[in-house]
Amino acid sequence: MAVSVDEAVSAGPTPDRPPPARRVRRRGHGRSVLEVVLLTVLAVVMLFPVLWMIETSIKENRDVYAVPAEFFGFTVTLDHFRDVFVGADGGRSALSVAFLNSVVVAGVSTVLATVLGVPAAWAYSRFTLKAKKDQLFFILSTRFMPPVVVVVPIFLMYRQVGLIDSKLGLILIYAAFNVPFTIWMMKGFVDEVPAEYEDAAMLDGYSRLQAFGKFTLPLLVPGIAATAVFALIFSWNEFVFAIFLTSSDDVRTAPPAIAGLIGGTTVDWGLVAAASVVFALPVLVFAYLVRRHLVAGVTLGAVRR
Amino acid sequence: MGTVAVQGLCKSFGKVQALDGVTLDVPDGAFFVVLGPSGAGKTTTLRAIAGLDRLDAGTVHLDGRDATTDAPAARDLAMVFQNYALYPRHTVYENIASPLRARRRPSGEISAAVERMSDLLHIGRLLNRRPAQLSGGEMQRVALARALVRSPRAFLMDEPLTNLDLKLRVEMRTELTRIHRSLGATFVYVTNDQVEALSMADQVAVLKEGKVQQVGTPTEVYERPANQWVAGFVGSPPISLLPCHAEGDRLVGAAGWTLPRPRWAAAQDGRPLLLGLRAEDLSVERRASATLPGELYGLEPLGDRTVVDVRVGAQILKVKSRPTITGTPGEQVLVAVDLDRAHLFDAGTGLSLSEAGR
Repeated sequence: MAVSVDEAVSAGPTPDRPPPARRVRRRGHGRSVLEVVLLTVLAVVMLFPVLWMIETSIKENRDVYAVPAEFFGFTVTLDHFRDVFVGADGGRSALSVAFLNSVVVAGVSTVLATVLGVPAAWAYSRFTLKAKKDQLFFILSTRFMPPVVVVVPIFLMYRQVGLIDSKLGLILIYAAFNVPFTIWMMKGFVDEVPAEYEDAAMLDGYSRLQAFGKFTLPLLVPGIAATAVFALIFSWNEFVFAIFLTSSDDVRTAPPAIAGLIGGTTVDWGLVAAASVVFALPVLVFAYLVRRHLVAGVTLGAVRR
Repeated sequence: MGTVAVQGLCKSFGKVQALDGVTLDVPDGAFFVVLGPSGAGKTTTLRAIAGLDRLDAGTVHLDGRDATTDAPAARDLAMVFQNYALYPRHTVYENIASPLRARRRPSGEISAAVERMSDLLHIGRLLNRRPAQLSGGEMQRVALARALVRSPRAFLMDEPLTNLDLKLRVEMRTELTRIHRSLGATFVYVTNDQVEALSMADQVAVLKEGKVQQVGTPTEVYERPANQWVAGFVGSPPISLLPCHAEGDRLVGAAGWTLPRPRWAAAQDGRPLLLGLRAEDLSVERRASATLPGELYGLEPLGDRTVVDVRVGAQILKVKSRPTITGTPGEQVLVAVDLDRAHLFDAGTGLSLSEAGR
């Protein structure tokens, strides 16, 4: 018999006297008044800038500057979105090139970090290595420094080797930043796959690498996807390296390109807002796709295995 | 052919010495059981034979050839893991076929072999399922099928029956013995269950803390334990060990009792000894020639028999009796001893002293 808790309670012998805790919960639709108020305040504070950005992106320029500001009843236009992609001369806009650069740089650096990081994570998980903990700590420590600390030495090195103002330069530095993260996150996933599958496969007659590729790797795909999305989001959002290491329009990624829209004599806020909306969308989509792993990644290590 | 010989295996994990000079010689076609408590190094020994772990020292010879540095795939062995290690993404069919696929056998041969295995182990109706949809007993059969589908040099089995319930375990014991006999292959079988060891093995190696204590047939290990520890580990209820020493033609217990000294007891007078008495060689009696006076401590009815606990001095003696036996705790009783079947150990070294004179 399938009876839900609610049915069981209401069908109980004392329907006129539900427990007090339940009564409070009913009134607040499962939450107390205080909770609702606090969550509402938080939501307004967090979401208002986003809403304002979206509104600005579809307002005509005169409405953008209207005082008092208009929340409703303005003329809706998609001109700014067209301007994001189409240049004044009718050709491709500088912003659209920047978006394309972002796609290439974030994509390639993520693939690179994954290809290097996943086997490393497997090795750290499976093999007994000398000073393994120290090695892993060293790998993690490369993430301790904020980019702005290392950007000047990297700028000088890149100038020496000719990587300055090139997509390859950005790809390499993003991959270098994502490999430690990939190793640490993937090691957690590899740890959860029993090593016995590989042992069994080796006795079946496969080599160690075949055993990994045929039996462990398929089980790691969800973890790899989650890790790759994290790496992708980092590379996509990265601003400091991008603005210091690149300058020309055909190399620059979207974050510095959008920032570059601000600072002339007049600022086309509609265009800035539209570009920001376009820029934010992929991250939102990806974050939504991996929302479960996002939590898993954050609490990794806190969960008893 | 399928001989496995390991010599002086040493392996440590951090500070723990898992294997400390393990030497075993498994003859072709033997059902060789490695018996020991958990942490004795049984699994480590098996993994060393399989080539899954790097050794600190020692050699592994397969069919007389040094295979110490060979990759697992090159050793031509099959293994059943304690937790089965069935590939979760693969169907039962693919799991069983895996060793043949790895060796690139033609698909006709593979399907014939899988069918043969599913008949042998009665798992035909499971072939399209995945491991997650199987019960423990079914998984165990599939794991066994995956090992048996090839004819390797030797089969390695790591406590394959541990995770099964008692009824299934007894069934599978018989089944495994039958399979071993029909294949005539070499089995190296690891277990901590002495009943499995005694009932299935041609030869038993008893392992403790990474050291081999004794190798012999099940009867030898049970009847003539090499030392006090083996005597205590093999046998249920465990053997009772009474401190005593020899005095002329008598054995004098620390608790005050005396027994006639067995002819085979080749020990110096006065040296501290342990008299090992198995429950089935004792009986609660009114009158007998060789007896120990004691106090009834408790009864443990087991259906087919009752184990009577008798306190002799500070020690509890386990006595196997008829299920109809009665008594009240505190009652004074005599325990008759079959001295011909008793064991004597040096209390200092633990080594058996019974063998020399027998």
